[in-house]
Amino acid sequence: MNLNFDFGSVKKSPALDENILYDVLIIGTGPAGLNAALYAKRKGLSVGMFTSKMGGQVVDTSIVENYLGIQQVTGEQLVEQFVAHVNALKIPILKDAEVLKIKKDEDGLFKIQASGFKIYRSKTVIMTTGSKPRKLGVKGEDTYLGRGVAYCAICDGPLFEDRNVIVAGGGNSAIEAAIDLSKVAKHVQVVHRSQLRADQIIVDKLKNIQNIDILLETKIVEVKGDQLVNGIIAEDKSGKTIEIPTDGVFVEIGYLPNNALAKGLVELNDHGEVKVNLRAETSLPGLFAAGDVTDVPYKQIVISAGDGAKAALSANDYINKMK
Amino acid sequence: MKLLNDDLRNQLKEVFQDMKDDVTIAVFTKSGTCNTCTETISFMEEIETLSDKIHLKKLDIENDAELAKAYDVQMVPSIVLLNKDEAYVGIKFNGIPAGHEINSFIPGILEVSGSGEQLPEGFLKQLETVKKPVNIKVFVTLSCPHCPGAVQKAHKLALENEFINAEMIEAQTFDEISNKFNVSSVPKIVINDQYEFVGNQPLEVFVEEIQKTQA
Repeated sequence: MNLNFDFGSVKKSPALDENILYDVLIIGTGPAGLNAALYAKRKGLSVGMFTSKMGGQVVDTSIVENYLGIQQVTGEQLVEQFVAHVNALKIPILKDAEVLKIKKDEDGLFKIQASGFKIYRSKTVIMTTGSKPRKLGVKGEDTYLGRGVAYCAICDGPLFEDRNVIVAGGGNSAIEAAIDLSKVAKHVQVVHRSQLRADQIIVDKLKNIQNIDILLETKIVEVKGDQLVNGIIAEDKSGKTIEIPTDGVFVEIGYLPNNALAKGLVELNDHGEVKVNLRAETSLPGLFAAGDVTDVPYKQIVISAGDGAKAALSANDYINKMK
Repeated sequence: MKLLNDDLRNQLKEVFQDMKDDVTIAVFTKSGTCNTCTETISFMEEIETLSDKIHLKKLDIENDAELAKAYDVQMVPSIVLLNKDEAYVGIKFNGIPAGHEINSFIPGILEVSGSGEQLPEGFLKQLETVKKPVNIKVFVTLSCPHCPGAVQKAHKLALENEFINAEMIEAQTFDEISNKFNVSSVPKIVINDQYEFVGNQPLEVFVEEIQKTQA
């Protein structure tokens, strides 16, 4: 039995104040948002943050081995260190906050509407709302959501003890999920429509595990079940249909940007990602973006953190020019 | 066996300094067949030492059947948080709140002590219409980082409205009830055993589902 106490989230932080005009309000507290907060605060700006989950998707990652300077750490511990660093600067954070709307008024100032009819004001906004798991988009997926179809291996893995599961996907998240699940499940079948694109070092790890099998160039076309999931139907390269019995389907096929706030406000690319330039500027002056929600390629913790810093410095320049 | 190390003890002491009123932790266990009861009691004993405002009551679901009934305790181990008047405020944890669930348990103590933040006014207005009993079950696993958020929201709603009670249920310990509600993703939220959704959804979704029970 262990304890995963998250001091940074539980400890009360200073309250976000509706009467203050902030220099920067940051939406999201993943690596991009937290690093933006750190850099903005160190520039002497007044900073506030909105969070629905401290650490963003990093907390769903069991092990992180590619953050420079830290050879191996759990996603959760890494977040803890990020949050402790930011908390030391006493930045007000509105927790469990749904931001409903961002608006730029004629006076050039931003108004952010949060749930419960609260309005916060700022000179600049940094949007770091991250991304959410992409769905397979096949028949049965929504029907069996929470009844065998799952998107968080570390959360739901324990419920599949000694059962058979399928992992859909071939990237790092999929292979890591398969490795995690192999510790509790009886058998893990990785099904991916093309070739594996996970890092070689992770694929090598997977190949040593007895109860994982890999099925490539196979496309899942349906999730089947009764009360709960009991199998999938897939199509191989030649178009032949196969049926694989399973108790669970873990979907790890990438991410979609959380762009609800950005729609109609700034330019998006074809994938729905917020377009940013070299300075993390969006198409709306004063609104910056960083991390997985943007069109910056390669969704990585270190890249998000770096872009968060960039956005903060860029916001600082913008504020200096306002004066 | 101690669950808390020195670092954690100090962090928790600091967090508990924000407590306003006293809180009683009522732990229900049963001798014999309960695997995690001993561990749960010893964990709660450790928590009790971290603040003068925290009091522990060890109860037996059979010997203290009347209290168990009053707090609607049906499984063990079960932890009920009581306010300064030792009154039930609709907040319960079924199963040991270890792993990630410590992040719903500790805030739960702070909330019951009266040091939590009030819900935004919009929600309070919506909750005023709730006049029939509402039970919120939040199924969790201890390795789920999103789950404490959902448990906290449910507990917060229970605190705000006397007709609402909310309980965390650790899905692996209580597999029978989890199977009954087909829990295969967590957090899974079941309201009045009838309306359900998956995930740490915004408060709006909780309130919307609760309102369905009031028709």
